[in-house]
Formats: sequence, C-alpha cells, structure tokens
Amino acid sequence: MVGASLAGLSAARSLRQRGYDGRLVVIGDETHRPYDRPPLSKEFLAGTLREADLALERDGEELHAEWLLGTRAAGLDRTRRAIRLADGREVRADGVVVATGAAARTLPGTDGLAGVHVLRTLDDARALRDDLARGGRLVVIGGGFVGAEVASTAYALGLDVTVIEAAPTPLAGPLGQAMGAVVSALHADHGVRLLCGVGVKGLGGEHRVEAVLLEDGRSVPADTVVVGVGARPCVDWLEGSGVALDNGVRCGADGRTSLAAVVAVGDCANWYDPGTGSHRRVEHWTGALERPAAAVAALLAHGATEPGVPRPPYFWSDQYGVKIQFVGQAAGADSVTVEEGSTDDRSFLAVYRRAGRPVAVLGMNQPRLFTRARKQFGTAAS
Amino acid sequence: MIPACRLEDLPRGEAHRLDIDPPVSVFHTDDGELFAIDDTCTHQDASLADGWLEGCEVECPLHASKFDLRTGAVDAPPARLPVRTHQIVVEDGTVYVRLSTDAPNLPPCVSARLAGGAA
Ligand SMILES: Cc1cc2nc3c(=O)[nH]c(=O)nc-3n(C[C@H](O)[C@H](O)[C@H](O)COP(=O)(O)OP(=O)(O)OC[C@H]3O[C@@H](n4cnc5c(N)ncnc54)[C@H](O)[C@@H]3O)c2cc1C
Ligand code: FES
Repeated sequence: MVGASLAGLSAARSLRQRGYDGRLVVIGDETHRPYDRPPLSKEFLAGTLREADLALERDGEELHAEWLLGTRAAGLDRTRRAIRLADGREVRADGVVVATGAAARTLPGTDGLAGVHVLRTLDDARALRDDLARGGRLVVIGGGFVGAEVASTAYALGLDVTVIEAAPTPLAGPLGQAMGAVVSALHADHGVRLLCGVGVKGLGGEHRVEAVLLEDGRSVPADTVVVGVGARPCVDWLEGSGVALDNGVRCGADGRTSLAAVVAVGDCANWYDPGTGSHRRVEHWTGALERPAAAVAALLAHGATEPGVPRPPYFWSDQYGVKIQFVGQAAGADSVTVEEGSTDDRSFLAVYRRAGRPVAVLGMNQPRLFTRARKQFGTAAS
Repeated sequence: MIPACRLEDLPRGEAHRLDIDPPVSVFHTDDGELFAIDDTCTHQDASLADGWLEGCEVECPLHASKFDLRTGAVDAPPARLPVRTHQIVVEDGTVYVRLSTDAPNLPPCVSARLAGGAA
C-alpha cells in the first residue's frame, strides 16, 4: 500500500475483509496516521473540530499492518517486485496498491514569502489556521471548491476576504456555467469580493506577502494569501516503472494498471469510465472510500474478475452554511433544469441532462431530495 | 414514554422526526418493523430521517455512512461512532418512544453548539 490516507486505508480494510491474511505494509510520506481532509478547509480551519476528530481509523481498529510513516516511496522496481524507499530501504511485494493521492499546485515564484499558503495536508491547515487568527485581509487565488470553502470559513472568522478566479465563472468545470454562477454567488451574498476573468501576475511583499498583483495591473492588498489552484496527482515516483501514466495512473474500470499485480485508487488514479467511454480522474472523498474495494478484488483475483460499473462520482461541499451536493458529470450535459426549490433561495435541486437523459444532479441545502435523486440516478446509470 | 405519531401516519419506507433535544427519528422499514434512533448523524449535523432507508439500515444523506437501526452500529467512515437506539412501543395505534438513558454520540460541531447554546 503506497499512500496512507483515505484510499490506502480503504484498500487495506478491503484486503482484510476479503480474507487476505498475509503481510500488509502501508507506506506514507506524511508522519500522521490516516486523517480526513475535507474538514481542513471547513470545521478544522474554523476551530470547531480538533485534530483527534480527524482520525479515519476507528478506536481500537486493528488491521495488522506495518505502518512505514514519514517514509516516501521513490520508485517501483518491477523486476525485483519491490518498492524503493527514499531512505534507501526496499519493500518486496506480491501486489501493490498505489494510493499516493494528489498534491496542491503552487504558483511559480511564491516560495519563501511568509503568509502564502496552499491547503492539502494537516500541516498546511495548521499553518493557515495560525495565520487566519491574525485577522486582516485574506486573498484566495482560485475559486474552486477548496478556495471557496476557505473563503467561507475565513469570512465566518471575521476576515476581509477576496477571491480571484482566472475563468469568467468559478466552478464552471465541475458544475457548468449556469450552476457555477449560482454556487459562486454565495460569495457576494456574504459580502465576499469575487474577481473573475483575471489572472494573477505575481505577489507583492518582501518577507511577508502584502498584495496580489493582477494581470490587468490592479493590486489587491493582502495579509494572507491562499493559493487554491487545484492539485496534481503524485505519481512522479512511478516514472519509468512500467506503470502507464496519463493524468495520474492510467487505470481500467476497476483500478488495474498496465502492470499485473499493481492497482491504483483515489485521487492519483485515472479510471476508465465505461459510461462515457473515456478516462476520468475523480478527486472526491467518496470515490477514494468506495473504489478500493473493486481494485482490491481485481488484485486478489489476479485480474481474472470482470470490472463492474463504478457508482457515479459524488461529492459535497459546505460553503457559508449551505450544503452543496453533486452526483454525475456535468461536462457534456446540454440542459440543466431546476426541478425543486429555487436558485434565489439557495435551496434547490437541479438535474443535468444530455439528449433527455439525466447525467448529473446538483443539490443546494436539499439533503433529503438530493439523496433520493442520487439513489435513483445510481440505479438508472448502471 | 414519548408519543411519536400515529402508526397509520407513518407508511413503510418513511421516517418521522421528533423535535426533541437531541432529536429522535422513528423509522418504519419496508418489512414493517419500527425502530427509533437518534436523528443526528454522529459525524456531522445531518438528519438521518432525511437519509436513505434500505432494509434495516439508514444511509446518512450527507456522506453516506450507514447505521444499523437495530444496534445503531455504523458500517464505514466518515462516521466512527454508533447512534443511540431507543425502544418503541405501539399502543392503540400510537407509536411511543422510550428514550435510552445512555449518553448520545453527538457530532463535535453539535455538542459544541449545545455546550455553548445555553449562553
Ligand atoms: C482541503 C480539502 C477539502 C476537501 N473537501 C472535500 C469535500 O468537501 N468533498 C469531497 O468529496 N472531497 C473533498 N476533498 C477531496 C478528498 O479529500 C480527496 O478526494 C481524498 O483525500 C483522496 O484520498 P486519497 O487517499 O486518494 O489521496 P490523499 O488524501 O491525497 O492521500 C495520499 C497520501 O499519499 C501520500 N503520498 C504521496 N506521495 C507519496 C509517496 N511517493 N510515498 C508515500 N506516500 C506518498 C500523501 O502524503 C498522502 O498522505 C478535499 C480535499 C482537500 C485537500
Ligand atoms: S454527516 Fe453523516 S456521514 Fe457525514
């Protein structure tokens, strides 16, 4: 198991549930036991969840695994059937689960400037939380989900917040133009400034950041900056290993890779989606939880299983006290209609269709209706 | 014992939430069994009455942890603690709940609010 977070832990659990009783080694380069990332931009950043509340393992849960934490995998040697570790050690393996997730993208030339953060790990979140406690002006670069959640949390903490988004509409990728505009209107609802369609040229300040410089010449004063411009899959360590890479690890519909006895799961894995006939790297919590079961089944059966149809991707986001839930794929939809509630109330259910067939559902503050729609959708899509 | 609802008003496959503190929900399964559990998910502030009832399990509407209505046990993360279960009594067509005396496993955000709520 390489990667000791949600996908790695889920794979380890699945292996044990399926009766694998051999040696299990979990290699993770963070020093922490598996913890939950979604609260890092929400409750943990807000101070309402403590670190202990983030644990993913249950009290007393025992997987009989050897945890090599604080240890980075540096390579996979297919002929020696081994994982090379950065500290020079080697772990032999009959099967490998790649679960190395993704790392936050940074802006070039922003290293070494105090007050500039990304948010991916617990250590990132601790550092950001300490800086937000100083108050003042926060500028968030990137209006995606993580950026929007940080903005919402910082707003609730009393900071003066600006969000800068290069695209004309935030969240247009995952939600489409129309609904991206509706969801990102939450910023304005709360007096958080949202500047769209403008790129960032650089950061001003000598030791500590003082401003974000925009491509149109404007300068936005800042005491703290969060760079929320997405994540890249952590697969550099597999370069040259024989595992085919393409926007992460290129996988079949059950996580198997181009090498026998190697599967990949979670944010680093670009699974084939039989529904659309293309590959898609899903970066959501629920996928990292559920999909390892299929990958582990394929691994234990030495690839002799037929891949099932994975459940359609689901994610949620919490912003300004509004629960946002989404299932399916917005790209390729030719219509989106609000079927319950109203976008003005920020409480509605919207259905995306392609040639009349539902392809995605978005809910805002409608957990009950959304859950029913998601279940229907799950059965209709399979 | 707290009266919850008339049995005839709670069709199979449905749930009824009692707005007490903390809230409790009564579930009527497709097989006709009745169960009562704490309504608030042990992970975060979600109402399990809004969840998805299947067999003797309810799936949380937010992050899909499933709770066993018979025991309160949770199947998979993100929730890690069971919900409390309560006893059900049906008398003369009315469903009553006999509340458990155990401490509830409320999510951290809700416990914090309740603790600070008195102020
Ligand atoms: C701030 C934040 C908020 C989020 N909120 C939501 C949300 O609201 N809803 C939602 O659906 N999803 C959310 N997500 C996404 C969700 O957390 C991820 O989809 C999930 O964590 C993916 O799990 P994973 O195990 O695949 O990868 P990761 O959690 O990224 O874990 C990968 C692990 O592998 C380790 N690793 C990397 N390279 C190596 C190496 N070479 N050797 C050893 N170890 C290595 C990493 O250090 C890391 O610990 C959020 C993510 C973040 C960062
Ligand atoms: S609130 Fe129930 S699983 Fe998260």
